[in-house]
Amino acid sequence: MTKSQIIHRPRTESDVAEIVMDARAAETPLAIEGGGTRAGLGRPMRAPVTLSTSQLTGITLYEPAEMVISARAGTPVSEIERALGEQGQMLPFEPMDHRALYGSAGDPTIGAVAACNISGPRRISSGAARDHLIGLRFVNGRAEAVKSGGRVMKNVTGLDLVKLVCGSHGTLGVITEVTFKLLPKARRTATLVVEGLDDARAVACMSAALGSPFEVSGAAHLPGAVTGESARTYLRIEHFPDSVAYRMEALEKLLAPFGAKSRLDHEPSLSFWRDLRDVGPLVRPAETAIWRISAAPTRAPHLTSAISQTLRGQWFYDWGGGLIWFATSAQGDCGAGAIRHALAATGGHATLTRAPDDLRAVLDVFEPLTPALMKLTRGVKLSFDPQGLFNPGRMYAGV
Amino acid sequence: MAGTLTIGYINGYNQGSPVSQIAFPVPDSSILARRDEIVAGLARLVAPESLVTTEDERRAFETDALTAYRRLPLAVVLPRSTEEVSAVLAYLHEAGVKVVARGAGTSLAGGAIPQEDAVVVGVSKLNKILDVSYENRVARVQAGVTNLGITDAIMADGFFYAPDPSSQLACTIAGNIGMNSGGAHCLKHGVTTNHILGVRMVLIDGTVVDVGGDHLDANGYDLLGVIVGSEGQLGVVTEATVRILRAAEGARPVLFGFDSSEAAGACVADIIGNGIVPVAMEFMDKLAIEITEAFAHAGYPLDAAAMLIIEVEGSPAEMEAQLSRIVEIAKKHGVRTVRESQSALEAALIWKGRKSAFGATGRVADYICMDGTVPTSKLSYVLQRTDEIVKSYGLRVANVFHAGDGNMHPLIMYNVNDPAEQAKAEEAGNDILKLCVEVGGCLTGEHGVGIEKRDLMHFQFTPIDLDQQMRVRAVFDPGWLLNPAKVFPLDHRFAA
Repeated sequence: MTKSQIIHRPRTESDVAEIVMDARAAETPLAIEGGGTRAGLGRPMRAPVTLSTSQLTGITLYEPAEMVISARAGTPVSEIERALGEQGQMLPFEPMDHRALYGSAGDPTIGAVAACNISGPRRISSGAARDHLIGLRFVNGRAEAVKSGGRVMKNVTGLDLVKLVCGSHGTLGVITEVTFKLLPKARRTATLVVEGLDDARAVACMSAALGSPFEVSGAAHLPGAVTGESARTYLRIEHFPDSVAYRMEALEKLLAPFGAKSRLDHEPSLSFWRDLRDVGPLVRPAETAIWRISAAPTRAPHLTSAISQTLRGQWFYDWGGGLIWFATSAQGDCGAGAIRHALAATGGHATLTRAPDDLRAVLDVFEPLTPALMKLTRGVKLSFDPQGLFNPGRMYAGV
Repeated sequence: MAGTLTIGYINGYNQGSPVSQIAFPVPDSSILARRDEIVAGLARLVAPESLVTTEDERRAFETDALTAYRRLPLAVVLPRSTEEVSAVLAYLHEAGVKVVARGAGTSLAGGAIPQEDAVVVGVSKLNKILDVSYENRVARVQAGVTNLGITDAIMADGFFYAPDPSSQLACTIAGNIGMNSGGAHCLKHGVTTNHILGVRMVLIDGTVVDVGGDHLDANGYDLLGVIVGSEGQLGVVTEATVRILRAAEGARPVLFGFDSSEAAGACVADIIGNGIVPVAMEFMDKLAIEITEAFAHAGYPLDAAAMLIIEVEGSPAEMEAQLSRIVEIAKKHGVRTVRESQSALEAALIWKGRKSAFGATGRVADYICMDGTVPTSKLSYVLQRTDEIVKSYGLRVANVFHAGDGNMHPLIMYNVNDPAEQAKAEEAGNDILKLCVEVGGCLTGEHGVGIEKRDLMHFQFTPIDLDQQMRVRAVFDPGWLLNPAKVFPLDHRFAA
């Protein structure tokens, strides 16, 4: 991203509204930034003025007995997690930290987690950021402060704008405050590791585990090309200690047909899933392009097999096969043609999550939409931001 | 089980003309005058058995579970395919005719009540389960499939569809998507929006769009997120891809009787505070216990002032362990009785009692059911104020609700044949909903706004908040033809 000349760091929502009001009058686009650790996510953009939420901080409400937390958008995720940890709670969707992937510095913010719908391995069992974001305040492109949702976990009052803004990468409004619902942090974690499965067999193994009554909360597969040794399939159980012990036994029995197994206990399990969450197995070398591909698990092995006919790369699976991280050479179209050709047959979509700015500027970073969905997308953008002030072109050229 | 359906018949067709507090728009006389032409146009698009035109037959579609209000629609179409829905909407759009989408008509908020100048497009003939994948844990269904129909089809293999509104025997997935329905088990599993991965939807001009699919995250803006809960204002959903889950090894509801609502409420907060999230925690007050026990004979503790139904799940040993943790906590809050279900039959009876609470109440009185959600820390205060409010109108209230998530369901009892009493009941209901908003909650947790709470939206949202929602709505339906008099106050106009 081209750095802006001017950076605003508002401390209140009304300051945000004033900055947007000025941008509106001057017809000057704004780059919306949290901690700046995810600048590489989305299409690079040019905006003369940056609006940073880094000074818009602080937890505004935390009720452990209600499992709900509210915070201003610029609050560091680390501060949220520290507060939750003290009460034995967590953000259930396990948001990824992009710093290793992008080699970026700074503090990831809770507002960016909402703006980019950032989840992690537990998405498979507990849902994504968008499933836990129950309330939002944001300033729209008319410089109006808007509220949607609230602080209660069941709320169907009016249109759910929370979902639209979540994952809109700052293109619909400047988020000023977020409210998430929470879960208790599991007292114990353990991981069952199955050795030596090929991709298709690994997905079958993960499907069997995720289709079991044992509430597997993480299911990932690293092919041999990634581990450097034999392929490994990882299945996580999180619960009270007695349940973890019982469920690990039961799962091991259920998966007997899939061959040899080992286990990761609590601490190694925690560090394995943290690293996997942050795409640790593929972040180096830093020069590769990295795709994030979403597809139905049973079709994922066909997809990687089809892609690798024409494109050299390495990959691993999360979400029981439903999420593929694919690393390839950052040259030409970074494999966009091969990947999207394969997707046409399997369904799903691909996002170019890491590539140099000059390539992301000319490639479709997000999967192109059908004309009917693109029309709705443009309409939604205009309904929030009629002058196109926020993060212009971040998701699609001209939106 | 089908409490909401039952009351439609019990409260149904016996009243005179109640005082209507909720306004309907004046029908467009030019549309009414063109009725024959419009019906003829529809007849060219669908088979005769898919078109309902006689007054007698249209009567069946004039209301939903908010039976105090009814309007006879211009005509009713029950298409058999997405293509037919598309042709019908394209035609009505061209003709400038309003459209009210309908599932099974079990809305408690009047979400499916038509108006005289609108055509009802019902999805009841779209009732096939198209595909089930246990490997991918998804099912693709036509939108007129019932909620329970999905679970019934996959239960033998140990799977289920999680959201479980009390009307699940009758209500459709289309209606669940429209209202973002919840149920007793959302504390653990979440609501409809957490379980829909994709929809096929027909826009008002007949365009068919596929939003989402069988993968887990959105491509681009989360349009699916705003479609779920949009109360039929954005399009007509004809197919859905839903998540299905593997059932726990076992599940057991346990009854906890307390001497006061405060003690029961404090117990709920303490359970969560101890890191335990049971799959369900349901609350009933004394009157609700009496009414449902007389109906279901589920063994509810009649001597308790408040009761919790807490469901534990897992292996027998896990259920035992979780239950003993919960009992320890409940003891600290002076629990009077703890009654475990001893058999599958007893467990079913306990849930039957809870899920028929509305229907059972309908046997003793007419009622309106409120649906506000409040922060759980405010539960005792809200219960006490609810009681005071309803008493001040000279009426009675029974409380049944989802305690874990603060979703209240006060049932205000009245006599539908007494217009003054109906007006009082509605005023009491409005006061309660305002109270819910005042303490930090919302007007509706799972039933939707419909017409019932439409005019209260100003209490929860500023004009700016409503403007933003209406602008999004207008992206999908610029001519405001889809379920036009719902959700947004009729007097609220936004600057486009």
